[in-house]
Amino acid sequence: MGIDRKQVTAFIGPSGCGKSTFLRLFNRMNDLIENVKIEGELLLDGQNIYDPKADVISLRRRVGMVFQKPNPFPKTIFENVAYGLRITGQNNRKKLAESVEHSLQLAALWDEVKDKLHESAYALSGGQQQRLCIARALAVQPSVLLMDEPTSALDPVSTFKVEELIYSLKSNYTIVIVTHNMQQAARVSEKTAFFYMGSLIEYDDTRKIFTNPKLEQTQNYVTGRFG
Amino acid sequence: MISPIQIQKIAFFLIRLMAATVVLILLTLLIFLIYKGIGVISWEFLTAMPKAGMTAGGILPAIVGTLILTLLGISIAMPVGLGAAIYLAEFAKNDWKYKFILLMTNNLAGIPSIVFGLFGMALFVQGLGMGDSILAGACTLALVVLPVIIRTSEEALKAVPKELKLASIGLGATRMQTLFKVLLPVAAPRVLTGLILSMGRISGETAPILFTVAAYFLPRLPTSIFDQVMALPYHLYVISTSGTNIDESRPMAYGTALVLMALVCILNIIAFMARRYFTRKSPQK
Repeated sequence: MGIDRKQVTAFIGPSGCGKSTFLRLFNRMNDLIENVKIEGELLLDGQNIYDPKADVISLRRRVGMVFQKPNPFPKTIFENVAYGLRITGQNNRKKLAESVEHSLQLAALWDEVKDKLHESAYALSGGQQQRLCIARALAVQPSVLLMDEPTSALDPVSTFKVEELIYSLKSNYTIVIVTHNMQQAARVSEKTAFFYMGSLIEYDDTRKIFTNPKLEQTQNYVTGRFG
Repeated sequence: MISPIQIQKIAFFLIRLMAATVVLILLTLLIFLIYKGIGVISWEFLTAMPKAGMTAGGILPAIVGTLILTLLGISIAMPVGLGAAIYLAEFAKNDWKYKFILLMTNNLAGIPSIVFGLFGMALFVQGLGMGDSILAGACTLALVVLPVIIRTSEEALKAVPKELKLASIGLGATRMQTLFKVLLPVAAPRVLTGLILSMGRISGETAPILFTVAAYFLPRLPTSIFDQVMALPYHLYVISTSGTNIDESRPMAYGTALVLMALVCILNIIAFMARRYFTRKSPQK
């Protein structure tokens, strides 16, 4: 299964089908689970990220993740976005400030927070917090952005803003988004993968999946026969 | 037939009665102590050395001794306890080794203080050659509160929302970085509360210091950690039972008890307020 560069790929499927777990393979977050067994290879730019000699830390910087529930740190807005850089050892105030501003602009949040960078991130609304988390992920300059149901905890207005954000980001980042919301997948992605009960059922151009899928199971899911 | 609502009313009344009883007991204790002991409390009492076979003068050495033992005891217990808690919360798998350590920690928590005292005497005073000293006393007291610190710190770390850890790891942080930059700061208020409450516990312990450091009549302040020292709880015990002038010293005993109670109450209040301050500062979602 190949993920196209600088495009949006959506993973859809009913609850519990494994799409989030599959997504977490891409930045080796499943490694954190006790008693997990992973087989096979996953190639990023031709290199197997599951090679025993692979550097997981730098992998996670190249492949960023945004989670379903916004999870900013209990720190200031500035420190949240700067966190990724600080852990690489970057502590130069000027460089951090530049990066924080750039990332917040990419996340379409700069104007809303530029005057309160040193206030707690928890003072922001849910939608703003999620965009903050996106800014935080972008600050380490990943090439891939994984989004695990990023708008399912947000109101429609915030959802719209985040989807707009995804549009603006895809020219520079490869994005993989897991979504429960089929309309969102149809709106936002170029390619869609349909998962069911732990298996990949069909993977094709989004338009094909939603109008003329090859398999009946896919057809049944996207037309709402089950889910 | 009594209706369920009536039964509930009776039950609530009884529950409130129990709660009131608890408050009543505490108030009675406090008022009794204040009544009996306040007469003795004076600037001299708090800052002077004991005189005339404990019937006059002050209890400064005992106050100083208790404070030193408490601070040193907690300084020894904290790194060990916190380290163990970090291991248990972050690095241990949920296997038999983990369960074993947990079991041992709980057992340690249940050991009677006097047993710690005897053990402290054997290990620190005699075995390691510290002699009857502040150091031996502090080490023994550290053992007493170690399980409490381990438990509260471990729970504090486990209470950190898991998504914060995931966010940190997802950004490419190592586990140590995540621990120091995210987990510990978030767990700190609860850890701190546990520490302050442990300090209250240490200051009141009598048995562990019985054979390891406590002296009855030492009208001078300690000069090194190998000195013996007076301590409030021990002082209270001896002055009430086997001192040289039991009846004449009785008011001093109540005064000592009052000072000790005040110390513990102040520590508890600080813990309570610190907890409230931090909870308002960083709301847990």
